[in-house]
Amino acid sequence: MAAASFTAAKFLVPVAARSGGERAPPLPPVGASSSSFARTLRRGGGAHHHPRLRTALAVSSDLVAGNKAAQAAATHPAVTREEALEVYEDMVLGRVFEDMCAQMYYRGKMFGFVHLYNGQEAVSTGFIKLLNQADCVVSTYRDHVHALSKGVPPRNVMAELFGKATGCCRGQGGSMHMFSAPHNLLGGFAFIGEGIPVATGAAFAAKYRHEVLKESGPDGLDVTLAFFGDGTCNNGQFFECLNMAQLWKLPIVFVVENNLWAIGMSHLRATSDPEIWKKGPSFGMPGVHVDGMDVLKVREVAKEAIERARRGEGPTLVECETYRFRGHSLADPDELRKPDEKTHYAARDPITALKKYIIEENLATESELKSIEKKIDDVVEEAVEFADASPHPPRSQLLENVFADPKGFGIGPDGKYRCEDPKFTQGTAQV
Amino acid sequence: MLGVARRRLGSGCVLSQLAQALRPAAAAPARTYSAAAKEITVREALNTALDEEMSADPSVFLMGEEVGEYQGAYKISKGLLDKYGPDRVLDTPITEAGFTGIGVGAAYHGLRPIVEFMTFNFSMQAIDHIINSAAKSNYMSAGQISVPIVFRGPNGAAAGVGAQHSQCYAAWYAHVPGLKVLAPYSAEDARGLLKAAIRDPDPVVFLENELLYGESFPVSAEVLDSSFCLPIGKAKIERQGKDVTITAFSKMVGYALQAADILAKEGISAEVINLRSIRPLDRAAINASVRKTNRLVTVEEGFPQHGIGAEICMSVVEDSFEYLDAPVERIAGADVPMPYAANLERMAVPQVDDIVRAAKRACYRAAVPMAATA
Ligand SMILES: Cc1ncc(C[n+]2csc(CCOP(=O)(O)OP(=O)(O)O)c2C)c(N)n1
Ligand SMILES: [Mg+2]
Repeated sequence: MAAASFTAAKFLVPVAARSGGERAPPLPPVGASSSSFARTLRRGGGAHHHPRLRTALAVSSDLVAGNKAAQAAATHPAVTREEALEVYEDMVLGRVFEDMCAQMYYRGKMFGFVHLYNGQEAVSTGFIKLLNQADCVVSTYRDHVHALSKGVPPRNVMAELFGKATGCCRGQGGSMHMFSAPHNLLGGFAFIGEGIPVATGAAFAAKYRHEVLKESGPDGLDVTLAFFGDGTCNNGQFFECLNMAQLWKLPIVFVVENNLWAIGMSHLRATSDPEIWKKGPSFGMPGVHVDGMDVLKVREVAKEAIERARRGEGPTLVECETYRFRGHSLADPDELRKPDEKTHYAARDPITALKKYIIEENLATESELKSIEKKIDDVVEEAVEFADASPHPPRSQLLENVFADPKGFGIGPDGKYRCEDPKFTQGTAQV
Repeated sequence: MLGVARRRLGSGCVLSQLAQALRPAAAAPARTYSAAAKEITVREALNTALDEEMSADPSVFLMGEEVGEYQGAYKISKGLLDKYGPDRVLDTPITEAGFTGIGVGAAYHGLRPIVEFMTFNFSMQAIDHIINSAAKSNYMSAGQISVPIVFRGPNGAAAGVGAQHSQCYAAWYAHVPGLKVLAPYSAEDARGLLKAAIRDPDPVVFLENELLYGESFPVSAEVLDSSFCLPIGKAKIERQGKDVTITAFSKMVGYALQAADILAKEGISAEVINLRSIRPLDRAAINASVRKTNRLVTVEEGFPQHGIGAEICMSVVEDSFEYLDAPVERIAGADVPMPYAANLERMAVPQVDDIVRAAKRACYRAAVPMAATA
C-alpha cells in the first residue's frame, strides 16, 4: 500500500491527520535574519524535503474507488499494446522535440523565453491523448508539448518557434503562445493564472452548447483541460475558477503540473498548504494526487476525470507530482535546485519507466521501441528542416489579424475603410 | 497645419535656424555628464539605490517574485536578501493582485514598500490596486491617507518574447491622477530617480527597461554619493541642439542620441530631451526647447494612439503653437500586439532610422516622402 497514489477514501474525508504529521520539518532559515517572522516567511527549503518524496502520499478521492484503486496501487493499470505504444511515441516526441528546441535556441534559431517540458511528458501524454478533437486544451508558456500531444504537427510548432510564416500562428505568437483552432488548442498563456478562466470559459461554452444550443454529440460534453503549475495555484484566478466550475458543474479538468518549483521559488516556500489536490474538496469537487512521473497512473486518473466531465458531473482537480529536467526557461541559470533533488527525479524519468514497463510486460520489444525512437528522430529532424526552409512572414503580415473584421478600424474621412489606408495606426512600421 | 504654424508671434525665426543648420552640428556637446569618474551599469545603479535607501530607512522594504533567494529575475536585488534579511526582502507567491494590495496596505499603515513586478506586463493583474487603492487614496481621504509606495520593474519592448511580454505601460499609468511615473534611461537617471521615488510621499510607478540593465554609463562622484537624488518632474537636456527637438524616454533616449549623431553629420543639430518623468511631464523644458528649435519629434515604444507623444504634442500646441515651423512628428510602436517573428518585431518598434527620417521631414530635408514612411 505504500506505493498507492490514492485510496478509496471519499474526497470529503478530512485528511488533516495525514498532512499534519508528515510535514517536513522546516529547514533552519538561511540568510541574515533569524527572527521568527523571517522563519515563517522562509519556511522550508529545497523541495526534495517534500514529504511525498519520502512517503508516497495517499490521497482521497471518490474518483478511483474500491477495487480499481487497489488494483492501481498494486501494479500499473492495464494497457493494451496499442495504447502503450501510442503513449510511448507521444512522450518520446515531446522529449526529442524539446531537446531539439534547446539546440536550436543556442544556435539562435529561436529567441526570447523558451520554456521546455522535459520530465513532465507523462502529464501531457497521460491526459491529452485521451481527448477527442473537439475537446479543448488551454496551456501556459510551457506549451510546445501540449500542442504536440493535441495533434498540432511538429513542423508547424517548430516553424512557429523559428518565427516563420508556416508556423501554427504564422510566427505571430511564438514559443509562449501556441494556438491551433482546428485542434482546439486555445492557447499558450504567458501570464500566470490567465489560462484558467479562459479554460473555464471554454468549458462553460461546451455546457452551453450542449444544453442551450443542443449541439453536442451523443458522447456527452466536450471537455476542457486546463494545464498550469504549482506556483499558479497561489494565484486568485485559480480559486475563483474552482468555485465557478463547481458551482456550474462545468466539464473541465484542472491539471496541476506540480514540478515543485516556480522558477526559483520552492513550492514549500510559496504556499501555506502544499497539498494542492486538497483544494478541490474545499470547493466541493474531487481532488486527486497522482504520480506525474508514471504515465499509466496519470492516464488512469485522467480517464476518470475526463469521463466525469463528459457525463456532466462537473470538474475535477488533479495534482500531478512531476519535475522539470531543465531550468525554468533556457535563460534560467537554475542555481537553486539541489543536485540531489535533480538526481532523485532524473532516476524517475517517465519515459525510461514506461519503456521498462512495456518490455517487462512483453507489450513490445526493445527493437520495436527503438524504431519508434528512430521514427520520432526523423519527424523532429524533418520539422527543423521544414522550419528552416520556410519563409519569414512578409512585411504586410505585421498589420494583419489585429481584428477579425478587416474593416474593424471604421471609415476614414475619405469615405474609405481606414484599414485600407496604409498609414492608419501603423505607427512607425514601414509596411 | 503648416500654414498656421508659420504665423508665429514670438521670437525665433527661420533665418536663425538656417544659420544653425549650416553650422557644423558636430560642435554640439555630446552627453552632458560632468567629469566622468567611473562607469556603472543601470543594474548597479538600481541595486545601489535600493541598498542605500533600505539602509537609510528601516521602513523601506522590497517585495515581489524572486527578489530574494533568486536575487531578482534580472538580478536587480542581488545581495539585498543577505544584507537585509527576509523580513525586508520578501519572496512572494505569484499573486500580483494580492501582494500589490498588501504593499499598498502596508503603505497606508506607515511603511514604504517597494513592489517589484518581474515585468510591468504582470502589473496588469494588479492594476486595480495601483490605480484604485494607491493613486486615489490621498484624494479620497482628503489627505489623511498617503501612499508612499514604489512600483518598479522592467517595462517596454523586450526581445523575442511576443505580445504579452513586450509592451510599454508609460501611457497607461501616466493617464492616472495621483500617480507619478518615472522612466530612467542612464545609470545616473536610475540612481537619482529611484532614490527620489522611494523618498517620495506618493505612489510612484518606476518604469525600467530590461534591455538597458546591462548598459554602462559614466557617472560622476556626485551621482555616486548616497545623498544623490533627482527631482521628479524634471526632464534632462541630454544633448543640446538648434534645429529640431527630439523627446524620448527610457531606451528610446539612446536611439534619439544615435539619431542625433547621424543628423549632425548631415548638418542638422538635434536637441535630445530625456523626459525622465512622464508624469508630471516637464512641459516647461519641452516647450522651451521647441521655442528654440521650432520643430518637434516625439519618440516612444508604446502604441501611437493616446500615447505620450500625443500628450507632448498637445502641450506644445497649447503653449507654443505659434513657434512650430513644421508638423510635429510622432514616432511610436506599430499599432499591433508585438509579433514574435524577429523581422516583424523589428518593424513594430521604433528604429534609429525612423527618428532620423522624421527629424529630416520636420526640417524639410526629407529624402523619403512621408507617405512611404508613415
Ligand atoms: C502574472 C505573472 N506573474 C509573473 C510571471 C512570471 N513567471 C513566469 S513562469 C513563473 C513561475 C510559474 O511557476 P509554476 O506555476 O509552478 O509553473 P512552471 O513554470 O513550474 O511550469 C513566473 C513567476 C508571469 N508569467 N505572470
Ligand atoms: Mg512549477
